[in-house]
Amino acid sequence: MKIGVFVCHCGTNISATVDVEEAAAAIGKLQNVKLSVTYRYMCSAPGQELIKKAVREESLDRIVIASCSPALHEKTFRKCAEEAGINPYLIEIANIREHCSWVHKEKKEATRKAIELVKIAVAKVARNKPLKKTYVPIEKKVLIIGGGISGVQSAIDISFAKYPAVIVEREPSIGGKMAQFDKTFPTLDCAACILTPKMVTVSQNKYVTIHTYSEIESVTGHVGDFTVKIRKKARSVDLDKCTGCGACFAKCPVKVDSEFDMRLGKRKAIYVPFPQAVPNVPVIDREHCLWFQKQTCGACKKICPFGAINYEMPDEIIEEKFGAIIVATGFTQFDHSVYGEYGYGKYKDVITGLHFERMANSSGPTGGRIIRPSDGKEAQDVVFIQCVGSRDEQKGVPYCSRVCCMYTAKHALLLKEHNKDAQAYVFYIDIRAAGKNYEEFVKKVQDEYGAIYLRGRVSRIFEKKGKLIVRGADTLSGSQIEIKADLVVLATGLIAQGDAVELAQMLHIPYDQNKLFTEAHPKLAPAETITSGIFLTGACQSPKDIPDTVATASAASVKALGLLIQGELEREPLIAKVNTDLCSGCKACVIACPFRAIEMKEIEDKKLKRKRNAAQVIEGVCTGCGNCTAVCRMAAIDLEGFSDKQIMGEIEAL
Amino acid sequence: MTDFEPKIVAFLCNWCSYAGADLAGTSRMEYPSNVTIIRVPCSGRMNPIFVLKCLMNGSDGVLISGCHTGDCHYSEGNFYARRRFAVLKSFLGYLGIDPRRFQMSWVSASEGDKWAKLIHELVAEIKEAGPNKMGKE
Repeated sequence: MKIGVFVCHCGTNISATVDVEEAAAAIGKLQNVKLSVTYRYMCSAPGQELIKKAVREESLDRIVIASCSPALHEKTFRKCAEEAGINPYLIEIANIREHCSWVHKEKKEATRKAIELVKIAVAKVARNKPLKKTYVPIEKKVLIIGGGISGVQSAIDISFAKYPAVIVEREPSIGGKMAQFDKTFPTLDCAACILTPKMVTVSQNKYVTIHTYSEIESVTGHVGDFTVKIRKKARSVDLDKCTGCGACFAKCPVKVDSEFDMRLGKRKAIYVPFPQAVPNVPVIDREHCLWFQKQTCGACKKICPFGAINYEMPDEIIEEKFGAIIVATGFTQFDHSVYGEYGYGKYKDVITGLHFERMANSSGPTGGRIIRPSDGKEAQDVVFIQCVGSRDEQKGVPYCSRVCCMYTAKHALLLKEHNKDAQAYVFYIDIRAAGKNYEEFVKKVQDEYGAIYLRGRVSRIFEKKGKLIVRGADTLSGSQIEIKADLVVLATGLIAQGDAVELAQMLHIPYDQNKLFTEAHPKLAPAETITSGIFLTGACQSPKDIPDTVATASAASVKALGLLIQGELEREPLIAKVNTDLCSGCKACVIACPFRAIEMKEIEDKKLKRKRNAAQVIEGVCTGCGNCTAVCRMAAIDLEGFSDKQIMGEIEAL
Repeated sequence: MTDFEPKIVAFLCNWCSYAGADLAGTSRMEYPSNVTIIRVPCSGRMNPIFVLKCLMNGSDGVLISGCHTGDCHYSEGNFYARRRFAVLKSFLGYLGIDPRRFQMSWVSASEGDKWAKLIHELVAEIKEAGPNKMGKE
């Protein structure tokens, strides 16, 4: 073994505190060290040339660079080693700048410590093994979970690059929450007018496949090679045969509260959730359909001219492979029934923002009239209460839902547009209108639409003579206020989907205390998760308005495409390795691995002359954290680059 | 006893504490030279035997430092480390080793000042614990 040690002066950054010549001389005496020299700047071109020349002339086979932190130049010197004809993993860096010369003043002590740091590196490099980068192929297809605006946008962006995308949406139509909205702030574009063309575009796109009324059953595998089972729930209507003529639901005798219309309107047992649904193919709600409940009726089957109704249709499970996954599952509304003081459930005229959206919509259940659900009369005085569930650590979620200030302002405006005699009162904590033209919009609603903003909380709502009495505080005037309202609209916050945790566990991505999916880095990797190949977009990560959702959808798509376009994945070889002869198959490592990078595989035990299970590391997935090595009772699993031998060698060198 | 300079080994996770110690350097925060740093990918990589080996070799103190809870680069390695080494620490007294000799800390990549302060305190505490007589007979 011939180790070359190269001590860098780093100008005077190192040499001012560390006697580099003395250090080099001391290190030169170590076992296996063939050469120990210093240079002003090892990372510079002449510095690297010096290393390469020394490797040739002294036929060195391992290198230690005593310089700055490996965070800065490990890659540089690995490349240099490779160019000199040495395996790039047969080098080590002794960090004698950040961890020594810059933090100590006394030269003698700093020199002693520098020598010690190099000694450790020499001991380690002597135990290094030549390693090779590995390459794993990538399945060139993206799975998008969720068909709301973020999923739709992601699919469109991916199709631009001519890569296939598959949307899995659990509702009968894509469109998500945005499809339920009336207008969008601050431009007052009608949500359907800007969303439905996108829905149609994506459904006609040859690179995009859409599975509606479908759920993710299981996800296995890893980046570049995910295997996903998708359950296509029985729609009872043949997607290929149906033309969307609507004869079936015109004939259906069963009326059920419409989920899409927030139960303010009715739908049939065979229905499309809304007129612009994509696909425009009905679904049979088997819980309410007379055929499924009592084996009677069958009207839809009789009327359908295309024979598209199939009562016997089973759930179908399909299996597909994907290289990347985009999670776009969105949000759900906060359940405000915990606020007894607001009387939700007790008073019909206390509704949520989403109810208001449906009422304001001209194709909604009230035909665009803002009414009191209790008696159908037009609402005159409407109280809006902000932060219902948001910013409430006791009863709700601690975070701000970001969109409620804006959608409430929009509602106050829409109210006035629908009924010029109406008056909006808004109880708020703070107005958060941080966005392009947002503050201006709120100001417009106050100044031009006469919405009265009251800074304070509502303590109680009760009914008196057919009106809702809203009792609250106006903290700016320091007075108690009572408003006789026709309608109260609660600005409920945005929270994680009820089954977000289940999905996170299936995908093996982390989530926070609010069950929102966690990005790989809050600032620098907002669209990625720590599980490589899985990306986030939209409100499943944190509450977002439409512009931010669309932006993150494009961000996630670019990240997914950046992965797919590589064709194959380069993987650092600093990963775990199993010695199957020693492995007892206890699975402790499988449980400890945060990345599901270890699986059990049947092997032929030559000694026992029979088959048994042993752990196997999936090279494409292992990130090299080493958790498995510490839990292995048989010392059968080790980490390349930080092996037990290497670390023990470092300790012994001290 | 006053001229006793302890020898301390610190195992630092690559992503948080090692980078935190780098930052202490970049910010030129002076601290005692008693601590020698060994880089590991994650605090979860640490096997208890590494700590015991150091102590048996005569190191006066051992430190493991990782990312703050919730910040682990590998999502949960530091949880494993925390649990594993809480157990080890509780056993040290039983083995006749002053538990002060083994410590854990959580230092992020942005906490160079915390790292420097920690080393000052650690060195003072190990000085109080006195020389480790193991392996020095």
